[in-house]
Amino acid sequence: MQLDWTGLAEVAAVSTGVTVATVVVFALGVLGLARAEAAREGDGATDAVGLGVAGLCFLACAAVVAYGIYLIVPQFH
Amino acid sequence: MDHITFLVAVVIVTALAFDFTNGFHDTANAMATSIATGALRPRTAVLISGVLNVVGAFLSTEVAKTISGGIVDDTLVTPGMIFAGLVGAILWNLTTWLLGLPSSSSHALFGGLIGAVWVGAGAHGVHFDKVVEKILVPAVASPLVAGVAALIATYLAYRITARSREKSVTKGFRLGQIASASLVSLAHGTNDAQKTMGVITLTLISAGALGHDAGPPLWVIASAGLAIGLGTYLGGWRIIRTMGKGLTDIRSPQGFAAEASSTAVILTSAHLGFALSTTQVCSGGILGAGLGRRLAEVRWGTAGRMVLAWLVTLPAAALVGGLSASVVTHGGNFGIVVIALVALAVAAFIVLVSRRDPVHASNVNETHEVGLRGPAPASA
Repeated sequence: MQLDWTGLAEVAAVSTGVTVATVVVFALGVLGLARAEAAREGDGATDAVGLGVAGLCFLACAAVVAYGIYLIVPQFH
Repeated sequence: MDHITFLVAVVIVTALAFDFTNGFHDTANAMATSIATGALRPRTAVLISGVLNVVGAFLSTEVAKTISGGIVDDTLVTPGMIFAGLVGAILWNLTTWLLGLPSSSSHALFGGLIGAVWVGAGAHGVHFDKVVEKILVPAVASPLVAGVAALIATYLAYRITARSREKSVTKGFRLGQIASASLVSLAHGTNDAQKTMGVITLTLISAGALGHDAGPPLWVIASAGLAIGLGTYLGGWRIIRTMGKGLTDIRSPQGFAAEASSTAVILTSAHLGFALSTTQVCSGGILGAGLGRRLAEVRWGTAGRMVLAWLVTLPAAALVGGLSASVVTHGGNFGIVVIALVALAVAAFIVLVSRRDPVHASNVNETHEVGLRGPAPASA
């Protein structure tokens, strides 16, 4: 019996890294969105920075999701 | 169709029944936290999950080439043993469902097969080193990894959004949950439906109805996909309650972090060829997310019972599988009919008991306990 410790460590490192990165980026997007919403309801102003940050963050997360679908569907590779 | 003997027909029906309990049992993995946080309405959640399971079943061409992934000696396996193993797996899945415990359907299937082969062909038919390598090590490692990843991610998500309006934050993470939960469902369909397809295909090959190296016929793919999708759609609400409400009180940032970590662990390990239990990964993610929010309450009693169920799943399914195998080997077709009738009776009994304290789409989020003693007196 031989255990693939390297593979196991790889799974641990990659999945922790991807999870933390995705959730942090998504949280930053939510932060931007929340700022923009607060500004709109406060004085009706458009918080361009907030919206821009949110858009970029959510786009990055969408890319991660697309890569996930790519990994799941065997026809793609 | 003269290759389809009585035995083969029974195995196919039993395999589809297992597939159904598999979907039924595992809806919670993908959807429990989304239902608990209100990201998706319960009926919508199970519908999405069911459809994605069917889609996943059709998408994946990577059908299991072995029944057990090398855990038992496939050359010694007879259709009778497969039947006995499936019965063990189904009965254990139903029992844990009644108790509202998320346990691994894959472990139940492996356990049932191990027991059936051990009794039917002897201990040399079971590859115990493979059991450690393919089941025990991933079973310990994967929930830990998912838990730690979800813990860190949850902690950071709360730190980042601490000063924002809670309403906006909740809404944002709820939307994210829909995507992450759907990914878990799709991955589930591509993995778990394949196991049943593999079992049916290999039974057909051993009966001579299909040539060696034949892929699954379309009707096998379709029926396996539909069985798991239907099971998913009907939803094991008892387990959904435990995973969404019982382990910890999940809020949407936690749900998102838990699902993200589960998806990441499932996809990276599948990519690197590790077999693992979706259920255990998702439960680990939920516990980690519970710990990641400060002052969040993790119900260690429920978590403890769940881990106990994980430990018992394989031996318990093996015991039932072994008992069934001894009846089937000695009794032939008569033995199979006896076991099938007994299994049906036990299954009906479990469903009847569950009626005393039913959990369904409209009450799944009301409390965090899954009881057996009839409805508690309504409190205001």
